[in-house]
Amino acid sequence: MKESTVPMKQEERQVAETREETRTLIPPVDIFETEAGLAVVADMPGVAKEQVEVHVENDLLTLKGSSKTHMETEPLHREYELRNYFRQFQLSDSVDQEKIKAEMRNGVLIIRLPKKEAKKPKQIAVEVA
Amino acid sequence: MTRTWDPIRELDALRRQVEQIFDEHNTWSKPFTRFSFLPGLSARSYPLINLAEDKNNIYIEALAPGLNADTLEVTVLDDVLRLSGEKPSISEDVKPEAYHRNERSAGRFVRSIALPTPVNSDGVKAHYHDGLLNLTLPKAEEAKPKQIEVKVG
Repeated sequence: MKESTVPMKQEERQVAETREETRTLIPPVDIFETEAGLAVVADMPGVAKEQVEVHVENDLLTLKGSSKTHMETEPLHREYELRNYFRQFQLSDSVDQEKIKAEMRNGVLIIRLPKKEAKKPKQIAVEVA
Repeated sequence: MTRTWDPIRELDALRRQVEQIFDEHNTWSKPFTRFSFLPGLSARSYPLINLAEDKNNIYIEALAPGLNADTLEVTVLDDVLRLSGEKPSISEDVKPEAYHRNERSAGRFVRSIALPTPVNSDGVKAHYHDGLLNLTLPKAEEAKPKQIEVKVG
């Protein structure tokens, strides 16, 4: 599973945005294989369940999330800055895209990508005349 | 008020912009502003915090996704706040060779933070939601700012 070198999707470029907003955080991820397929786990603190977006298009898995601080006052001492998250991965075509499941738990996004059922070779009977 | 064009000020603004760009890309001197919680970098002080205050309270927000809330401990002694807890590995039984990427960190952590003023430890409120730990720490009475009346006469 390789990380996509595809630049950010076109739709985002078209929207008139300041340069500031297109800068995104890259969430750290774990990707591992399970019996059923692949699992992708991403740390995205500050992202509520409703604010996360996972989609697959042309074997390209896109993770997006908009994060929000819970603080009402501007910090005096700042060690991090919350921004929107964005990361893309190129999937192999053996993933069953219809059955992808995602859940958000305490700022951790867990995506399960099940493998496609293996195609069996079709036996072709040869008729001998 | 009209401002006259001041070339020195313009240059100064440019210098600051350039410095900002360098700061953002120099991950050594300012490691957490952008890729704020990559595992290697954050190993030294975890969790990262933002701190704010108003007249009565100190507010702290800590960046801590995926914690086991039961292990989370917050203690306050005078003006030192101590956060400890554990970020469990999401998948204990995964074989090392099954990993394609392993960028997230896991494990126990502890961090002590010196607060700007002493706080009243009885009134501390903590809230963990969406991977952010938010604390409200009421300042101790003696640390609250006093309004001084200005007499005009």
